[in-house]
Amino acid sequence: MSEKSQTNSHEDNLPSKLLEEVENVGKEMRLNAEKKQKLLEEVKKVYLQGRFEPAEGIGIIAAQSISEPATQMTMRTYHFAGTAGIRVTYGLPRLIEIFDAKKTPETPMMTIYLKRESNNATEAAKLAEFVIEKKVMNLINRISLNLNENAIEIEVSDKRRVDVMQRIIKESVKNVNVRSREDKISVIAKTDDVKELQKLKEKILMLSVTGVKGIKNALVRKEEDDWIINTIGTNLSDVLKIKEVDEKKTFTNDIYEIESVLGIEAARSVIIREALKTMQEQALDVDVRYVTLVADIMTFSGAVDSIGRYGVAGAKTSILARAAFEETIKHLVKASIRNEIDNLQGIFENVMVGQIVPAGTGMFDLIVRSEE
Amino acid sequence: MDITKNELVPKHVLLNDNEKKELLEKYRITLRQLPRISSNDPVIQNLGGKLGDVVKIGRKSAVAGETVYYRVVIKG
Repeated sequence: MSEKSQTNSHEDNLPSKLLEEVENVGKEMRLNAEKKQKLLEEVKKVYLQGRFEPAEGIGIIAAQSISEPATQMTMRTYHFAGTAGIRVTYGLPRLIEIFDAKKTPETPMMTIYLKRESNNATEAAKLAEFVIEKKVMNLINRISLNLNENAIEIEVSDKRRVDVMQRIIKESVKNVNVRSREDKISVIAKTDDVKELQKLKEKILMLSVTGVKGIKNALVRKEEDDWIINTIGTNLSDVLKIKEVDEKKTFTNDIYEIESVLGIEAARSVIIREALKTMQEQALDVDVRYVTLVADIMTFSGAVDSIGRYGVAGAKTSILARAAFEETIKHLVKASIRNEIDNLQGIFENVMVGQIVPAGTGMFDLIVRSEE
Repeated sequence: MDITKNELVPKHVLLNDNEKKELLEKYRITLRQLPRISSNDPVIQNLGGKLGDVVKIGRKSAVAGETVYYRVVIKG
């Protein structure tokens, strides 16, 4: 190693939070400059001692520190948010969902905060009503087929919605004439096939008329000073566009949705937040640093990867390490067909062949600089 | 809608060529060894980052106050 690396600059700097605390203690105890300097040096000494040594196997420590408490978790339980009750997956199933990076959570849920000027009960109730998606089927009294005219006749329950509904049907269904009279809409198709007509009817019933697509239900609750809307179903990008919604705090429990709307760093924050929340709900005290490490690894590639054979563990460079994990034969066969080479640089491979593993003191080699 | 305002999104800053060189020299690494971020990432699109650029990310951390992280922009 060159001399340059001996003075690694971030080693000299304490984290800003520690510096702040030293500053606070200094003020409280009324320390003079000399004593404060001494305190700072003491803190630094303890801090450097508390850090992991280079080449320490922190991954396995994190794995143990999360897994052991997780064995204590309740298996199949549900948690009800709010008094009216939105069912949310929690406990072990939720934790597995997060670390396996499931494409959609079992119970997608959004937490909507309101801007300060709309932060009251009436506005919250209004918005909650507004975001719920209403399809044609929710807004009609009757729908019937008129086979004489090849038409679908719809009786709308609220007259004021006729115009909107007519427009939406016109926009989304091709090859039809749409007419309305008072509270009735008739859609005249150009086909006389009954099957086609039936299909058309199903399609019209599922059309979204008002609200935000994907939101099935919404409940208002109060948390300290804030009025919060919890929704079943998520649609972050559309909800953030609503004027009354506070775009600073509103979030969803769907990690992939966060990634596509707010970016990979936000996805990382949500992984940490959701995993910690899930464990703390069951009074399991896991240090943030372990969860942070897992979240960093899961987002290293720029996309959310699961922990496991299709994600992080499957992306290992070493063939033997992959074979040691899961699907041994598949990996060995693939590697032999492709003439792959394992350079034995990881831990698993070296355990297998009985060499010193590159971790801890085994990480370092001695190089003798001979006199020229 | 400004996504950078959301509290989940930490501050992203693009490094210029000099800063990028300094960073790689300081840790004695190549670009390939840095964590990655997709060029399609909404925050990168917002900043106008190009392939091979390095973003400096100032994360708020519960234990350290603020920590600094770097990601290199990759195609994806």
